[in-house]
Amino acid sequence: MKRLPFSPWHFVLAPLALLFALPLLWLLVSSVMSNSEINRFPPALWPSRIDLDGYRFVLGNALFPRWFLNSLLVSTVAVTANLVLGSLGGYAFARMRFAGSKPLLGLMLATMVIPFQLTMIPTFLVMKHLGLIDTLGALIVPSLVTPFSVFLFRQFFVSLPRELEEAAWIDGCGRLRILVSIVLPLARPALSTVAVLTFLSTWNDLTWPLIAINHDTNYTLQLGLTTFQGQHHTQWAAVMAGNVITVLPVLLGFLLAQKAFIRSLASSGLKG
Amino acid sequence: MRRAVERRTGGTELMASVVGTFTVDPRARAAAAKRRNRGEGRTAWAFVSPSVVIILGLSVVPVLWSLLLSFQASDLVSPSRWVGFANYRTLAADPLFREAVGQTVVYTALYVPLSVVGGLAIALLLDRKIRLIGLYRTLVFVPFVVSAAAQGVLFSFVLDPEFGAANSLLHQFGLPAQGFFSDPSQALYLLVAISLWSGTGFCVIVYLAGLQSVEPELVEAARIDGAGRTGVLRHVVLPSLTPVTIFLVLFQAINALQVFDLVFVTTKGGPLGSTTVIVYFIWEKAFKSFTAGYSAAAAYALAVALLVIGVMLQVYQRRVKR
Repeated sequence: MKRLPFSPWHFVLAPLALLFALPLLWLLVSSVMSNSEINRFPPALWPSRIDLDGYRFVLGNALFPRWFLNSLLVSTVAVTANLVLGSLGGYAFARMRFAGSKPLLGLMLATMVIPFQLTMIPTFLVMKHLGLIDTLGALIVPSLVTPFSVFLFRQFFVSLPRELEEAAWIDGCGRLRILVSIVLPLARPALSTVAVLTFLSTWNDLTWPLIAINHDTNYTLQLGLTTFQGQHHTQWAAVMAGNVITVLPVLLGFLLAQKAFIRSLASSGLKG
Repeated sequence: MRRAVERRTGGTELMASVVGTFTVDPRARAAAAKRRNRGEGRTAWAFVSPSVVIILGLSVVPVLWSLLLSFQASDLVSPSRWVGFANYRTLAADPLFREAVGQTVVYTALYVPLSVVGGLAIALLLDRKIRLIGLYRTLVFVPFVVSAAAQGVLFSFVLDPEFGAANSLLHQFGLPAQGFFSDPSQALYLLVAISLWSGTGFCVIVYLAGLQSVEPELVEAARIDGAGRTGVLRHVVLPSLTPVTIFLVLFQAINALQVFDLVFVTTKGGPLGSTTVIVYFIWEKAFKSFTAGYSAAAAYALAVALLVIGVMLQVYQRRVKR
């Protein structure tokens, strides 16, 4: 990489960036403080030594690892299902002719503007009728596919040249085979966008788990974290350690796949 | 039907000859198209039906159900009773609902412009090629991926009136300790500040992407015409960012009007109801005091208000375009 000259802009940009980073830095720092240091007044702003008791407490807790697995399961299923169902639906809307396809697409798009609070009570009732309330199923079913996923795949498939699929049609390939072996390998940007946005929204969701789950063995991390705070009020180090573990998967994923992540968010904004 | 097929194959033929990638016998192509269309409907429905069932089943059904519910007295468990417009009449007279609306409006009116304008300003600052710029962008954006629950827990800790780092810092600068979330006059503004910390990065990223698509020729032309830095910004850059700005205002407003997670984790609507926003009000009425019909009426009132705002914006936008 070419070395760029030093710029006076650093004097503006560095403090600004630090301002955004500081709370997260403080999260990390406090998670390795000992409880006595946290509860001192005035509290210590820097740990005298690294103390992992908070992490030991959280990971030794019977429920916390379970919440982690619950969150992981719900998010993984949601991401996989959105990729499969979203691409199938998107492909049909983009390339196939069937009665009522246009009004149906319009209706699906219209559902995107329905505010969540309007649907949350009846969705609870629907899930109750399906016998799913207080199970992970209640978290999984509503997140299996979103209109956004279908729409995003449709937009991407429409923009692919038809000629790529033409030869396969003539060889007698079925639609599914064409989708899987020709279209999807070209659709990596769409796949990664849907995966990133689905993971982010399911992993970080609190409202719906709060409504749908009662029993603490079925909690997700976000939900568990909120109760954790009350139960262990004096154990701030443990609460912060739990918080770090909750934030970490998203943070690591972001740092590893930063370019794809930012591109997908930015493009979802530009096309919206 | 056949005509449609012919027109379509004709179209693709033209495309193919323009693209010139595949040169396939037109008769083979027509046969393939025919085969494609036979039984296509059934395959297409097989492809879309899982999404259709889930999406419509969990949006259209609840929307109608919610409407019915808003005319009923229901506790979500025992059979509900039809009460007509009683829920809406009670709602119109409920001071708590009015407060919730007011607080949501204050939150939105502060969060949306500050995050969008702040995001634009920071994006303009970050839109330069200097060392460490990638790091700066990452740091500004990273709070966005932190869940509202985690943000809430973190800031309850930092802003703890007795043991928090914030008061400790104030103490070191010789400033008086603050009540933060326990102070009704501060709590709502603190929520705005936390949301700005995490939500401005999104505006920055979207604006940075938007700045990439500003045409350099236009900037060059403006420069030649004698426009200075601010001139280029005002007459070239900002106008070309207008679609991005409209998107961000709508996106941020929708998020702000639906704020809930952060409130639930930090203040639970308090102190003294000072942070009870609309969604918190709806949640509390449905799942804490078990007056689901009343809650549904509040949700409908909000949805209709959102719809009206959305339609007005659309109309306004169309007028501006003309």
